[in-house]
Amino acid sequence: MTQTFTKLARTLVATLLLAFAGTALAIDAEKAFEDPALQARYEHINRELRCLVCQNQTIADSNATLAQDLRREVREMIAAGKSDDDIREFMIERYGDFVLYRPRMTASTFLLWATPVLLLLLGTFIGIRYVRRQAALADADSPEAGQS
Amino acid sequence: MNNFLKFGIPLVLFALLGGFLFVGLQRDPGYVPSPLIGKQAPEFSLPSLQDAGYPVNSSELRGRAWVLNVWGTWCGGCRQEHDTLLAIARTKAVPMVGLNWKDDNAAAQEWLRRLGNPYSVVAEDSEGRVAIDWGVYGAPETFLIGPDGKVLFKHIAPMTMEVWNAEFLPRIQAANAGAPATQG
Repeated sequence: MTQTFTKLARTLVATLLLAFAGTALAIDAEKAFEDPALQARYEHINRELRCLVCQNQTIADSNATLAQDLRREVREMIAAGKSDDDIREFMIERYGDFVLYRPRMTASTFLLWATPVLLLLLGTFIGIRYVRRQAALADADSPEAGQS
Repeated sequence: MNNFLKFGIPLVLFALLGGFLFVGLQRDPGYVPSPLIGKQAPEFSLPSLQDAGYPVNSSELRGRAWVLNVWGTWCGGCRQEHDTLLAIARTKAVPMVGLNWKDDNAAAQEWLRRLGNPYSVVAEDSEGRVAIDWGVYGAPETFLIGPDGKVLFKHIAPMTMEVWNAEFLPRIQAANAGAPATQG
């Protein structure tokens, strides 16, 4: 019985490992930059840009033709000495803010950024009120408060 | 008051959330609005698909409204819209420029011979650089450019007669009416 179970578990683990083995392969087939600092910048920017055909992937994760082309643009701009902001600006001019995985803070994205903070403040406010009320009730119930 | 807080607030929140989700359902997540609308169209100079020695310059198209249709033989939606493009071309409402995006030259020429050619001229973007300049992310895409070189409209998805009549024709007429010197 335990033997069957061990076997089953082993097969399951092996299957899972195989299933995810593909992601271990590098997507980018291009030659790396000679300078590791440039390569790091290249990889960092690629991880921040959305592949617009396969919307929930970055261009670093995708091998769609468009992602390859956009990586080529990033590579060439880095080689030409452009800054990260230049490259981001290049992409936004063409594809809009949606191309950024981390949206910029603008008037239209303000709520997106502010909501977590607002919810935290609201939660704190409700929490404090609740605790205070409980404390007041407990005081009212305690014998020191008078008639019990 | 307490009852209102207990039941009213969750109810309002629920309705709000439901409203957002409902609106979200009606929207096409594949649609990315183009930042180019209202801006100057990117210039390009590319070899003509049929004759590499003859360049297609976007600057020569100034003065009249024109349409840029991004296509490729590898693109299923392009095959789907092809007959519509032919029908539109027959109306001669506007010059239709093709942008052959990352395609095989021979296959593209064969496609036009076999299915008919709706384009006044086809530019060959074999490296996909012009497509990136125009913010193209999925063929077929169709742009409308005004006489002053500004992008007026972009349609993402196969062209249909409904879209053409509702979105393109009125804009073309308005744009060309605003530039009477170039008519005739």
